[in-house]
Amino acid sequence: MTTVAATGVQHAAWLMLAFPLFGAVVLLLGGRRTDRWGHLLGVAAPLAAFGYGLACFFALLSYPAAGRSRDLHLFSWIPVGGFRVSIGMLMDPLSLSFVLLITGVGSLIHIYSVGYMAHDTDRRRFFGYLNLFIAAMLLLVLSDNYLGLYVGWEGVGLASYLLIGFWQFKPTAAVAAKKAFIANRVGDAGLSLAIMLMFATFGTVNFSGVFARAHEAGPGVMAALGLLLLLGACGKSAQLPLQSWLLDAMEGPTPVSALIHAATMVTAGVYLIVRSNVIFDLSSTARLGVQVVGAVTLLFGGIIACAKDDIKKSLAGSTMSQIGYMFLAAGLGPAGYGLAIGLLLAHGFFKANLFLGAGSVMHGMDDEVNMRRYGGLARLMPVTAATFGLAYLAIIGIPGFSGFFTKDPIIEAAFSKGGVSGALLGTAALIGAGLTAFYMTRMVLMTFFGKRRWEDQAAAAAAGAGQEGEAEAPHQQPHPHESPQVMLWPMILLAIGSVGAGAFLATGDRLVNFLAPVTRTPAAPPGIVGPYGLGALGLALVAVAAAWWMYGRREVPAVAPAGGVLVVAARKDLYGDAFNESVLMRPGQWLTRLSVYFDNRGVDGLVNTFAATVGGASGRLRKVQTGFVRSYALAMFFGAALLVGALLLVRL
Amino acid sequence: MSLYVPILVLAALSAVFAVFSIVMGSLAGPKRWNRAKLSAYECGIQPTPQPLGGGRFPIKYYLTAMLFIVFDIEIIFLYPWAVAFDRLGMFGLVEMVLFIVTVLVAFAYVWRRGGLEWD
Amino acid sequence: MSATIAAGVITPPSIEYSQLCPMLLVFGLAVAGVLVEAFVPRQARRGIHLVLTLGGLAAAFVLTIVVASSKSLFRDHAAGHVAAMGAVAVDRPTLFIQGTILVLAFVSVLLIAESSHDVSSFAAQAAAIPGSAEEREGLLAGITHTEVYPLTMFAVGGMLLFPAANDLLTMFVALEVLSLPLYLLCGLARRRRLLSQEAAMKYFLLGAFSSAFFLFGIALLYGFAGSVRLSAIAAAASSDTGSTTLLLAGLALVGLGLLFKIGAVPFHGWKPDVYQGAPTPVTALMASCTVVSAFGALLRVFYVAFGQLTWDWRPAMWTIAILTMVAGALIAITQTDVKRLLAYSSIAHAGFILTGVIAATAAGLSASLFYLAAYGFTTIGAFAVVTLVRDPAGEAAHLSQWAGLGKRSPLVAGVFAFFLLAFAGIPLTSGFTGKFAVFQAAVAGGAVPLVIVGVLSSAIAAFFYVRVIVLMFFSDPAPDAPSVVTPSVFTSAAVVLGVVATVVLGVVPQPLLGLASHAASQLFVR
Repeated sequence: MTTVAATGVQHAAWLMLAFPLFGAVVLLLGGRRTDRWGHLLGVAAPLAAFGYGLACFFALLSYPAAGRSRDLHLFSWIPVGGFRVSIGMLMDPLSLSFVLLITGVGSLIHIYSVGYMAHDTDRRRFFGYLNLFIAAMLLLVLSDNYLGLYVGWEGVGLASYLLIGFWQFKPTAAVAAKKAFIANRVGDAGLSLAIMLMFATFGTVNFSGVFARAHEAGPGVMAALGLLLLLGACGKSAQLPLQSWLLDAMEGPTPVSALIHAATMVTAGVYLIVRSNVIFDLSSTARLGVQVVGAVTLLFGGIIACAKDDIKKSLAGSTMSQIGYMFLAAGLGPAGYGLAIGLLLAHGFFKANLFLGAGSVMHGMDDEVNMRRYGGLARLMPVTAATFGLAYLAIIGIPGFSGFFTKDPIIEAAFSKGGVSGALLGTAALIGAGLTAFYMTRMVLMTFFGKRRWEDQAAAAAAGAGQEGEAEAPHQQPHPHESPQVMLWPMILLAIGSVGAGAFLATGDRLVNFLAPVTRTPAAPPGIVGPYGLGALGLALVAVAAAWWMYGRREVPAVAPAGGVLVVAARKDLYGDAFNESVLMRPGQWLTRLSVYFDNRGVDGLVNTFAATVGGASGRLRKVQTGFVRSYALAMFFGAALLVGALLLVRL
Repeated sequence: MSLYVPILVLAALSAVFAVFSIVMGSLAGPKRWNRAKLSAYECGIQPTPQPLGGGRFPIKYYLTAMLFIVFDIEIIFLYPWAVAFDRLGMFGLVEMVLFIVTVLVAFAYVWRRGGLEWD
Repeated sequence: MSATIAAGVITPPSIEYSQLCPMLLVFGLAVAGVLVEAFVPRQARRGIHLVLTLGGLAAAFVLTIVVASSKSLFRDHAAGHVAAMGAVAVDRPTLFIQGTILVLAFVSVLLIAESSHDVSSFAAQAAAIPGSAEEREGLLAGITHTEVYPLTMFAVGGMLLFPAANDLLTMFVALEVLSLPLYLLCGLARRRRLLSQEAAMKYFLLGAFSSAFFLFGIALLYGFAGSVRLSAIAAAASSDTGSTTLLLAGLALVGLGLLFKIGAVPFHGWKPDVYQGAPTPVTALMASCTVVSAFGALLRVFYVAFGQLTWDWRPAMWTIAILTMVAGALIAITQTDVKRLLAYSSIAHAGFILTGVIAATAAGLSASLFYLAAYGFTTIGAFAVVTLVRDPAGEAAHLSQWAGLGKRSPLVAGVFAFFLLAFAGIPLTSGFTGKFAVFQAAVAGGAVPLVIVGVLSSAIAAFFYVRVIVLMFFSDPAPDAPSVVTPSVFTSAAVVLGVVATVVLGVVPQPLLGLASHAASQLFVR
C-alpha cells in the first residue's frame, strides 16, 4: 500500500501535537501567574487534540481502505549529502487508533485530575507535565520515521520521570522516578541501537523506506534488529527483564498511574512492535522472543498481582500481565497484530477505569493504599464500586464485556499456532486468565465487601509498622465518602467503554479489518468464541470461586499471614529487584570501579598530558602575539615569501 | 625604442631646469641668514616653538594640502571629459555631475566643520 | 590612440543602474549622511542618521531581493550579468552575500545606535587627547561623533562592492572604500581610548601593508594576462601562455591581500589587537560583515580567476587553513579577555570556512555561504552581550570579571553560553549545521585530512568555550563584579535576532541551506 500526501483536514495534523505542547509550554513557563486557570488550559489542550484527532480519523475513514495512509511532510532536518532526515507525520489506521486512545482516555484522566489534585498547591505544574506527556506520546505514534518516534519515546520517558517523582518530597517517589528512568534507559539503548543499525543497513530511518528495503537485509540483521526493538519495547512496556520499575512507579499520583502506567505509555512497546511488523515478519527468532517475553510476563505479573496488598501495586502487576498478553499476540505475527491492538484499546478503557476507581477509593480513605485496611466500601461509594465492578467484569472476561471479546481470541490464536510452542504459549495464556480472575476478585472483595476493617483503629495502627508500602499509621479514623462529580464522570464514561469497547471492536472483526492495511489480513480471522476461550471462561469462574472462598467467606486478617514460598516471593515482586541487584548491579559496580581506576590512571593521564601539551603550546604561541606592529608585519612578509615560494615550488 | 625618446627628452629638460634654477639662485640671490632660515625644513611643521603635549603639531597645512589634491584630481578627471564631451553625450554629463556633487558634498562638510579656517 | 579618438570611434560606456541599485543606494545615503553632518544641528543628527542608515540598509536589502528575483537577469539559465562595462558582477552568490551583509550590517547598526548605558560607544571628540581638558569638556557636554553612521554606510557600501568586483582594480577600490572608514571607526572608542587609537593605528598600518601586497599582485597578474578582468586572467591561465612565475606570484600576493582581511594565519596578527581595541559595535561589524565580504571576494577570485589552478593553490591553502584552525583554537585557550577570545575564535572559524572554500565546488560554495550567514548572526549576538556586562570603567572585558555571571544574571549568561555553544558547533545550533555543511563539502572534495584537523581543532575550541561557561555558572562572583545593564530596545533587538537566527538555522536550516545551494548552483558569472 502506498502512502500519499495528506490533504484536507489532515493537512494541518501538526495541530494535534501543537495543542498539548502549547499547553505544556504555557503552564511550565507561565509560573504562578497561570495557577488560577492552569488546570482549565491543561484540560482544554488534550480535548482540542482529541477533537482534531476525531476529524482526522473521519477524514481517514472517508478514503478507500487501500488509500488510508497519509503522510504529512513537515520539514527537512539537515539534508546534507546522504544524511536526510525529514520530520513528518504518518496518519494511518494504526496511528490514528492510538491518537484517539491517547487523547480520548487522556482527556478523561485530565478531567478526573482536576478533582483529584484539587488540594495540591502544584496542580498547574502537574497539568503542565501531563500535557507534555500527551504531546510526546502523540509524537511517538504520529511520526513517520524511527527518529521522530525516538524523540517522542524519550519525551514520554522524561514526562514519566517528572510525573512519578511529582511528589519529590517523598524519598520513595524520587527513588521510584529514578528507577523508572534508568530501567527505561536500558530499553532506550536498545531502540537507539536498532535505529543506528537501520540507518547503517538501509540508509534511512523512514518507516516506508525501511519496510520497502527490509527484505534485502540478511536474516542475522533482521533478527538483531527485531531483538533490539524488542529490548526497547520491553523497557517502555515493563516486560521481563525490565519490568521492575512499574511497581515502584505507583508512587506517582494515581491519575499518572492511570494515564501513563496503564492506558498509554506502557503500550508504546506494543505500538513499536506492531508498527515494525514488517521487520518481525521477516525474523522468526525475533518473533519467538516476543512470544516468550509476553507469555512469561503475563504469568509473572499475574502472580505478583495475586499477592500484593497495595491496591495500586496489584493493579500494576495486572497491567504487566495484560501487556504480556498483547506482546504474546503481537509475537504471533499477522494473526495477532490486530488482536494485540484490540486488547490494547479495550485495556486502555478498563485499566484506566480501575486505576481511577482505586484513586477514588484512596481519595476517600485518606490516601490509604493497603487493601487490608479497606472493606465494605460498596455502600459508601456506590458509583465508584459500580464502575469498578464493570471494569472488573471486563478484565476477567465475562461474556458480553470487552475483555471477553479481546482477550479470549488471543488465547485461541496462541493455541492455533500449533506445535509444542503453541500449546505452551496457549497454556500460559490460559493460566493467566485464571490468575486475572483470582486477583481481581480478591481486590474487589477486599475493597468493597466484607467487614469495615478501617474502623479497627488500634489494630491498623499496631499493624501499620509491620506492613510493606505506606508504613505510616492513620492518626484518625478515615471517613470514606464518594468522590466529587468531576472525578465520577470520567469513571462513568470509562465504564461505558469498558463494557462496550470490546464488542464494538470485535463485532465482524471491525478493528482487525480496519488495521489490515497496516498489519495485513490474518490468514484465518479468529472467531470470538472457541473451545479454548470457553476453557478460559471456566477457569476464570473457578478462580473467582476460589478467591471468594479465601477472601469473601472468611474474614480478611488485617495483618498479612506468613504465606507459602510462592506468596512470599510474589510479595517481593518475584525477586525482580534482587535479581537485578545480584546479576546486574553488583557486577556493574565492579565494572564501574574498574573503569574508574582505568579512567583515573589511563584515560585521565592521557587526557591530562594532552591538555597540558595543548595549554603549553597555547602559552608559547601566545608569546608570538607581541602587540608590536613590526613583528606582525614581519610575519606577514615571511608569510608572503613562503606563500609565493610554495606556489612556485608546486609548479616545479 | 622610439617610444621612449620623448620621455628621455622630458627627463633631460627637467634635469637641466633644476640644475639651472639652483645655480642661478645661488649666484643671483642676496644672502641674509637668520635662525629660521638655517633650521631644517619640513613642510607643514612649525620648527618653533616646540610642539607641546607629547609631539602634537597643527594639521592646518596638511588639510589645505589634501584639499588641494582633491580639487586637483577633480580637474584631472574633468579634463579628459571636456576633451570627449560631445561623444560621451548624456552618459558623460550624468556621471560627471554625480562626481562633482560628491566632491562638493565633501567640500561642504569641510567648510561647515571649519576646515577652511586657518586659525 | 589619438587617431581613434579623433575619428570618433569611442562609444559611451553604459551602466546598469537598476542592477546596481542596492550599492548605489547605500553609497548615496552615505553621502547624504555627510550632508546631514554638515548642515543639521547637532541634537537632531542622531535621529535623522538612524532613519537614513537603518531605513537605507533595509531598503537596500529589499532591492537586493528584487534584483535577485529578476527574471531578465537570469534569463535562459544565465548565471548572472556583468554590469558596468565588466567591472561589477551581478550573480546569485554575490546577491546572497550582499543580502547577508545588509542584514548583518542592519543588526550591527542597532548596536552602534545603542545609547542607553553610556551616551554612546563612540568618542565625544576623537581629536582630543585622551585625558585632556578638551576631552572632559566634550564628555560633559554629552556630545558624540555621529559621523559613525555615514562612515558605517561607506564601509558597508565597500563591502557590497568587494565581493561583486569583477576586475581586480574595482576590487582594490572596494577594498579601500571598505577599509578606510573602518580604520577610523576603530579609533573612535569612548572608553579606553588609547587602546582604541592603538588598534586603529595598527589596523591602518597593517592594512596599508597588505593593500600594497594586493596591488603588487594585481600588477603581476596584469603583467601576465594583460588585463585585470578575472575572466581574462582565467582565460590566459588556461591557454598556458605567458610566464607562470608572474601568474603564481600574482596569485599568492592577491591571495595574501584577501587572506589578511579574513584574518588567516599568518596574516592574522592585527585581529586580536584590533577586535579588542575597537568599540565593540564596530568589532561586531568587522567580525560579521567584513568577514562575509572578504570571503565573498576570496571565493570569487579563487573560483573565477584561479579556478583552473586548483592544483597549484590547493597545497598552500591547505596549509593556511590548517594553521588558521589550529592556531586560532590553540591560542584562544590562554586568553583572558573576552573580546580577544572572540577574536581568536573568529580566526579559527575563518579556518573552518576556508575548508569549504578549498573544496572549489558548488557544494563548497554553498556551504561557505551558509556558514558565513550563520556565523555572522551568532558573532554579532555574542559581541552584543559583551557590551552589556559593564563596570564603572566601561565594558568588563576581563574573563575574571565574568566569573559567577550566571548566578547574578542568568538570562544574559545563558544567552552568552548559548552563543558559545553555537561557536563550538553543538547540534541544534546554527554552528553545528554550518560546520557539518563545510566539512561535508570538504570530504566530498577529497580533503579528509583537513576535516580531521578541523574536527580536532573544534574539540580544542570547544574546551575554551566550555571553560567560559563553567566560569560563568560554576564559580562565585568577585566582590567588584561588574553589573549587567538593562539594554535598550536596540541591543535587545540585536541579541534577540542573534539568538533567533542561531536557533532557527540550527533546528530548521533547510530554507537557508536551500537558498544557499540555489545561489551556488551555477557558481559565479564570468
